[in-house]
Amino acid sequence: MKVSEIIDLLNAELLTGNENLNLEINAAFGSDLMSDVMAYVKESLLLLTGLVSLQVVRTAEMMDIKVILCVSGKIPGDNIISLAREKGITIASTKHSMFISCGKLYSGGITEKGVWD
Amino acid sequence: MGLSGGVLILHFDIKANDMSSAGEASSSVKRKLNQLGVNPQIVKKAAIAMYEAEINTVIHSFGGCADVEIGEDKIRIIFTDEGPGIPDISLAMQEGYSTAPDEVREMGFGAGMGLPNMKRYSDVFDIKSEVGKGTVVTIEVFIKDN
Repeated sequence: MKVSEIIDLLNAELLTGNENLNLEINAAFGSDLMSDVMAYVKESLLLLTGLVSLQVVRTAEMMDIKVILCVSGKIPGDNIISLAREKGITIASTKHSMFISCGKLYSGGITEKGVWD
Repeated sequence: MGLSGGVLILHFDIKANDMSSAGEASSSVKRKLNQLGVNPQIVKKAAIAMYEAEINTVIHSFGGCADVEIGEDKIRIIFTDEGPGIPDISLAMQEGYSTAPDEVREMGFGAGMGLPNMKRYSDVFDIKSEVGKGTVVTIEVFIKDN
C-alpha cells in the first residue's frame, strides 16, 4: 500500500514529507517505546506512535524508517516537524487510536511484520 | 570506501539531561558513514548502537563524551562519562531493567532495552563502570568488504 493510500485510509493529515507519498509500505510497527523499535524492528517500515518527541524522529532516522504516523490526533511541534523535514522523513497524523489504526492497516493488507523473528 | 589506510577520528561532547540535542552525535556519525560509502546495514548497526549509548549518557550520567574511530575494517565508538557509575552491570544488562526517571519514560525511553540493544547491534561490546567515578562503553562494528 502506498503512503498516499495509507493517509487516505486513515483520514490522516500530512504534516511533512510529500516526497515519500509514492513509497510502498508492506510492514508496520506500533509502539511508544523507542527502545522496542530499535530492539525488534528489522526492516524499513511505517512506524505508528502516540509519542510526540524529537527522539521519535531520531529513532526513525537511525532505523531508516521513512514514515511516522502519529495516532490519537497527536500533532508534533514545529521543531519535530523541522527535524523530520531535514531528514526526509514523512510525518502524518490520524485521529484514530493506535488499535484502530493498526487494525485498518492490517485489514488493508499491511500484514508483513518487518521485525526480527 | 573513502578511506585508504587512514583512520577518521571524531569527538563529541555529550551534555547530561539535554534531550533536545540527544541523538545529534549519532546522526553526525551516520551521515559521515553514508558519505564514506559504508554498507548501509553496517551503518544502521553502528548508528543504533551509538544512539542507544548516547541516550544513556544523556539520561543517566553527569555528562561525558563520545570518541569515534572510523577505519577501513571497523568503526570503534567509545563513550566515557563522569559518573555516577553502574553498581550492578549484569542487572543493568537485563532486558526490561531500567533506572530511568519518569520524565524519561514519557519520552519513550527507559524501557530497559538500551544496553541490550547496544550489545545486540555491536560485533564487540564492552562496558566498565565504577560507582563514584563513571562508565566507559566500547562498541565495535566491523566493516565488511563491499
